[in-house]
Amino acid sequence: MPLLDIRNLSVEFTTRAGTFRAVDGIDLSVDEGEVVGIVGESGSGKSVTSLAVMGLIPAPGRVVADRMSFAGTDLRTLDRGARRKITGKDVAMVFQEPMSSLNPCFTVGFQIMETLKVHERLSGRALKRRAVELLEQVGIPAPESRLSSFPHQLSGGMNQRVMIAIAIACNPRLLIADEPTTALDVTIQKQILDLLVRLQKERGMALILITHDMGVVAETAHRVVVMYAGQKVEERRASDLFARPQHPYTGALLDALPERALGKSRLPTIPGVVPGIGDRPQGCLFNPRCRFAKADCRTLRPPLFPDPEGEARCYYPLGGDMWGAPE
Amino acid sequence: MLRFILTRASLVIPTFLGVTFLSFLLIRLVPGDPIEVRVGERGIPPERLAQLRHEMGLDQPLWKQFADYIGNVLSGDLGVSLVTQNPVLSEFFTLFPATLELGMAAMIFAALVGLPAGIVAAVKRGSWFDHGVMGLSLTGYSMPIFWWGLLLILFFSVQMGWTPVSGRLDLLYYVEARTGFMLVDTWLADEPGAFASALRHLILPAIVLGTIPLAVIARMTRSAMLEVLGEDYIRTGRAKGLSEGRVIGMHALRNALIPVVTVIGLQVGTLLGGAILTETIFSWPGVGKWLVESINRRDYPALQGGVLLVATTVMAVNLLVDLLYGILNPRIRHSR
Amino acid sequence: MTMDAQSNAVVEPVPTATPPHPLVEFWFHFRQNTGAVIGLVVILLLVLVAVFAEVVAPHSPIAQYRDAILVPPVWHEGGSWTHILGTDDIGRDMLSRVIYGARLSLMIGLIVVTLSLAVGLALGMTAGFFGGVVDIAVMRLMDIVLSLPSLLLAIVVAAILGPGLFNAMLSVSVVVIPHYARLTRAAVLAEMSKDYVVASRVAGAGPLRLMLVDVLPNCMAPLIVQATLGFSTAILDAAALGFLGLGAQPPTPEWGTMLASSLQFLQRAPWVVTWPGVAILVTVLAFNLLGDGLRDALDPKLKR
Repeated sequence: MPLLDIRNLSVEFTTRAGTFRAVDGIDLSVDEGEVVGIVGESGSGKSVTSLAVMGLIPAPGRVVADRMSFAGTDLRTLDRGARRKITGKDVAMVFQEPMSSLNPCFTVGFQIMETLKVHERLSGRALKRRAVELLEQVGIPAPESRLSSFPHQLSGGMNQRVMIAIAIACNPRLLIADEPTTALDVTIQKQILDLLVRLQKERGMALILITHDMGVVAETAHRVVVMYAGQKVEERRASDLFARPQHPYTGALLDALPERALGKSRLPTIPGVVPGIGDRPQGCLFNPRCRFAKADCRTLRPPLFPDPEGEARCYYPLGGDMWGAPE
Repeated sequence: MLRFILTRASLVIPTFLGVTFLSFLLIRLVPGDPIEVRVGERGIPPERLAQLRHEMGLDQPLWKQFADYIGNVLSGDLGVSLVTQNPVLSEFFTLFPATLELGMAAMIFAALVGLPAGIVAAVKRGSWFDHGVMGLSLTGYSMPIFWWGLLLILFFSVQMGWTPVSGRLDLLYYVEARTGFMLVDTWLADEPGAFASALRHLILPAIVLGTIPLAVIARMTRSAMLEVLGEDYIRTGRAKGLSEGRVIGMHALRNALIPVVTVIGLQVGTLLGGAILTETIFSWPGVGKWLVESINRRDYPALQGGVLLVATTVMAVNLLVDLLYGILNPRIRHSR
Repeated sequence: MTMDAQSNAVVEPVPTATPPHPLVEFWFHFRQNTGAVIGLVVILLLVLVAVFAEVVAPHSPIAQYRDAILVPPVWHEGGSWTHILGTDDIGRDMLSRVIYGARLSLMIGLIVVTLSLAVGLALGMTAGFFGGVVDIAVMRLMDIVLSLPSLLLAIVVAAILGPGLFNAMLSVSVVVIPHYARLTRAAVLAEMSKDYVVASRVAGAGPLRLMLVDVLPNCMAPLIVQATLGFSTAILDAAALGFLGLGAQPPTPEWGTMLASSLQFLQRAPWVVTWPGVAILVTVLAFNLLGDGLRDALDPKLKR
């Protein structure tokens, strides 16, 4: 049984301009110890999906799903108190902006120890010792003195390490990292990613890595989910995705990687923008930007078509008839 | 941190000099013969005028007069009241505790009601409570407080008879003025019922004076909380599985309080201005009433000294608030 | 349109709509704030009443009806339709006085705001523009004025100048100038670092042109909001001065002054106290609502 099992998850926001579906019918399952990468542009709904799993969707938003369970527990029916027991303990999250994700008024040590106090009821010297251990594990030098530092006294990379320390403090079974390196310097990005991968392997945590950077996913994920405009458009094993992408969007994302542009005079880009509230196209959501769009793509929304290596939401996948007749 | 304190403190000095100069100019700007204005008499014979002029140093160049004035001020000599013949400084200090007591009561009232109102309004944004708080606070600072005081007197004193109309204590009590704070003095004195009387006298003026600060505090707290509640670290707090009470009461509030404390401190200036009106309506024997009477009685030395003292008090409080802000805001407290 | 020469399918161009005129957009946002619209309507009504006071008011504000002293409002026992809101202690009609008072208050607001805005603007622009010693000197002066509680300063200036409506307006203006100066200076400093100013300078624009033509229009939004709220402070402060006897003198029907002379009748004739206060409250509330509404509509950050 998968650790995280989600079927047909949708998240809607009702605004004055109408109802907006940020996430549209997503299926997602993550096994113990698995690393799943979720890729997509801004506006694809990848962050909202993870917030829904964590139960952090703010009030006007509505979360519905046919199934949303973690380690067998149905998340949809949990009351607030029971949900809070899991949040931060068994499922934890690391966010994108380390500089603003930590409370500026409290020390780093306080914020780490808070998690331990609330979930594991530690106190006194044991509490402090665990905090120091955690700081060591995330690679922060001189951890004892760092406990009394304030977030603004640390760099972005250090703050992100602190965030990770807070997230792994209670040995979560699932860690969700939402663009953990996007706001950091390039040199630090690799360090943080390596840290996450190392921690994942050491602790056997499942890891959901959300990013818009295909390169990041290539090095770390077992499986990759590609999202576009709130929908899942492709899912397969990482190696298969990079070797044989099926959805034109995935193909375009891969083409846009600088590594693949060697020898070309222009770096390919995907024209247009992700549709927002008012301009969801008829038919396939990607069709206005798709090179290969045909007439039926513009009229009927394609479902996810399974294939031997995964699935893709396209009538005319890139591989064509690779595995036999389509549909 | 020390550097921060010293810099802030030194910034006050030129402002203090400026205010001193302003009060120095005060008497000289009043129309009419300066001697007559100062002495409070009219039609003084010329020989006496010349003698007085020399005594008062008015035949000296202006800059020297100002230097003398500063010297006097710093040594505590702010002139003598024309009406009571007492030194202005001692008049001020006799009356100041009454204003201080009233101001503190008003501020406590404003904070005790305004802070929770603002917090709840922010947490329950868009609710009836939120709209109610916003509407009431808007009304609060759109009202002329002297009229508000009159209305409250009309209702609570005249119609209901619950509170007295004026003064600090019922006349049948005699209480020794040990601290000048009526609540403290009546508590320490041996007279039964005196404390209750003092409290009853204090309530209405405190509410009237505290109404505008209450409105401002409620609004400021709400907007500070709203801004803080939208910050990323609040989301992190929830992602850690912390209870909502802890997220709001500790993580959000601690950050929101920083600007709110500043606002509370700055309200002191408003309070002193409002005290002028409130003390007049309630015949509260404080500095505000004294200043108004000084104008009406043409007691210019008292006005001059009083203005300087009030301005100095406001400056001192603003400085304290500035320093407090530096302590509360970790970014400043722990800067390298 | 796609830039890829190998395209063999038509990529739909994304339709672009022309953005609405800024005034239309502003009105759209403003309209959604019920309070602000109410405020605007009330103010317009007040302006009408003030302008046509002679027509609207049933009596002269200073006419004394010796046989109608302290008459209660029409819905009380002893009231009459001749004096709908009652009369004061020397037989003057309350309704007419309140109506003429509206004219006075609006005029006070207008004069005070215009005066303080003009001076504050000039000071703020000079400070922000020329910087250096000029900036420090002007800002120190503003700090000194701000270090005094505003009412206290107004009282002091009024004490020096003597009582009277015009002097009261002057003192209230003086007290408020630093707010405009500070606001202008902050806005100017923010604009000065922007590219269009540098470009204009490079093109040879002189300081006056830079100030008035380039920078000023972009600082207008917060100034407009402050000016609207300035009406509220002006009316309240002038009323306070009137109440203390330092502003408009009787028989001028200024609302604050009307309250001063009515203190003694609190128990006997509460209506003498109620109506001027209600008038002040309604007017100030309207300006505050309007000011808040303007601030929300003009501040792009708050647009959601």
